[in-house]
Amino acid sequence: MQKNLEIKPIEKYVLLEQVNMVFHTKNGSFEALRNVNLNITQGEFVTIIGHSGCGKSTVLNLLAGLLSPTDGLMFCAGREIAGPGPERAVVFQNHSLLPWLTCAENVYLAIERVFANKESKAQMLARTAAAMDLVGLSHAADKRPNEVSGGMKQRVGIARALAMEPKVLLLDEPFGALDALTRARLQDELMGIMAKSGATAIMVTHDVDEAVLLSDKIVMMTNGPAATIGEVLSVDLPRPRKRLELAENTDYNHLRAEVLRFLYERHAKAA
Amino acid sequence: MSAVSIKQEALETIMRSEKTVTNHTAANEPVIELPAIKLAPSARKANDKPNKPSNKPWLKTRAFFNCLLPPVFGVLLLLAVWTLISHQTQGLPGPVSTWYSAVELFSNPFYDNGPNDKGVGWNILASLGRVGLGFGMAALIGIPLGFIIGRFQFMSRMAAPIIGLLRPVSPLAWLPIGLLVFKAANPAAIWVIFISAIWPMIINTAVGVSKVPQDYMNVAKVLNLSEWKIFSKILFPFVMPYMMTGVRLSIGVAWLVIVAAEMLTGGVGIGFWVWDEWNNLNVEHIIIAIFVVGIVGLLLEQILLTIAKRFSYE
Repeated sequence: MQKNLEIKPIEKYVLLEQVNMVFHTKNGSFEALRNVNLNITQGEFVTIIGHSGCGKSTVLNLLAGLLSPTDGLMFCAGREIAGPGPERAVVFQNHSLLPWLTCAENVYLAIERVFANKESKAQMLARTAAAMDLVGLSHAADKRPNEVSGGMKQRVGIARALAMEPKVLLLDEPFGALDALTRARLQDELMGIMAKSGATAIMVTHDVDEAVLLSDKIVMMTNGPAATIGEVLSVDLPRPRKRLELAENTDYNHLRAEVLRFLYERHAKAA
Repeated sequence: MSAVSIKQEALETIMRSEKTVTNHTAANEPVIELPAIKLAPSARKANDKPNKPSNKPWLKTRAFFNCLLPPVFGVLLLLAVWTLISHQTQGLPGPVSTWYSAVELFSNPFYDNGPNDKGVGWNILASLGRVGLGFGMAALIGIPLGFIIGRFQFMSRMAAPIIGLLRPVSPLAWLPIGLLVFKAANPAAIWVIFISAIWPMIINTAVGVSKVPQDYMNVAKVLNLSEWKIFSKILFPFVMPYMMTGVRLSIGVAWLVIVAAEMLTGGVGIGFWVWDEWNNLNVEHIIIAIFVVGIVGLLLEQILLTIAKRFSYE
């Protein structure tokens, strides 16, 4: 509600133009991406979907600044992406928490990097507590990552990313390694958290239901090598979305069928 | 069929475990746990946990003997072979006379009758002191060097031929160089310890650093961590177990080398003491020295293992 009173969300908040990516390996060069163009408006939740090996994670790594493109331009919040930056936080598929730090210390490490020269230690500790609270893990703050479940680890990963107050949240198949029930719960939680924070989010997934449930826009990628964006589908389902209600919603099922058709008819992957 | 029996056994073990714990602490035999696992593997599978021994009395007795007997047999065999050889060889004392000699020797380990006649305690301490100094300096230089070599490809390539060339050199070959440079026996012995203890620490630390998973380095990149934070929060904790392996190997080498080095340099020390007793033809004391060197080495290893366990994050 409050968001409507603010100025209009900025278009072209995240922008990729004519991006090509060629990897040079021992066995010669491999063209992963060709001519990728992407335009994301501020506050949108965008998922990138495609078969495995289609280069969707490469797109995310480019946005994160972990890779630099062979060709093309990339902008985020009006600035060129030249490397990793705190305005783009990443949630990794395998959570990538440091096993020798407690959950809270893992979050604190990120907070410290962003806020250390602006805030006191007490304020940063309060931020850590708030982030742990946001993902419902206050009780596990002092546990080590290997003492908590997979779902909890991934929630700490989300807390760590959000605690940096990023302008853009990048999620690389964040729920891929979780069981179906945990995944569903975390998807619901993520929807709630994103509604609160209002950040722009770009998520890589291969789960059609997840894509339709969470996204404002679904970016569908063709198969590699030289993968590119095949189609962009707008998801205009009203928010907040309820998993159970959507199951019988015709629009939802229509969108879902649309994605499935793209993936399994027009760009079926040779087995 | 078998599944049922597994469950029953496991259940019994769980139900009776408390009682067994009190039993064997009272008997003061903590080592009993190991064979118990061997005896009841089915129980362990069902529980997915190492089990306390079952308290069926015959099982417990068997477990106890399974654990205690092999080492006892080993020691007895050693003593038997020793006795046999001592009977064949003239001048080689057997276990009994060595034992009496040891009792006498350790009744006053810290006497001091001038530079060439000090108690065995002083000799051990002198050797430990040299090992401590040489090993300490090797750690101070070798561990940071290992981090640098592991972190930067250029340094790694630069160091490869040096390490490859110098590492296989026998430690005692360095002694003349030490004597020449330091013009004294004691620093030369410490130098030999230093040069032989430094390689395992450099190599293991460097290997640890090069094994840091790319995932953690990606976290460092995404969070934009400073080089110091990368070192203190990612490299150091990850490398710690590798480093401790290096430290353990190093101290083992250092303790191996000290006896040989001291034989050549003289002064006070367990190695010199062995040589001195050879000149006195006091063979009992030489055999005692061998046991002392072995036991001290074992203790050093155990202490470092304990420290290493404390630093492991898993």
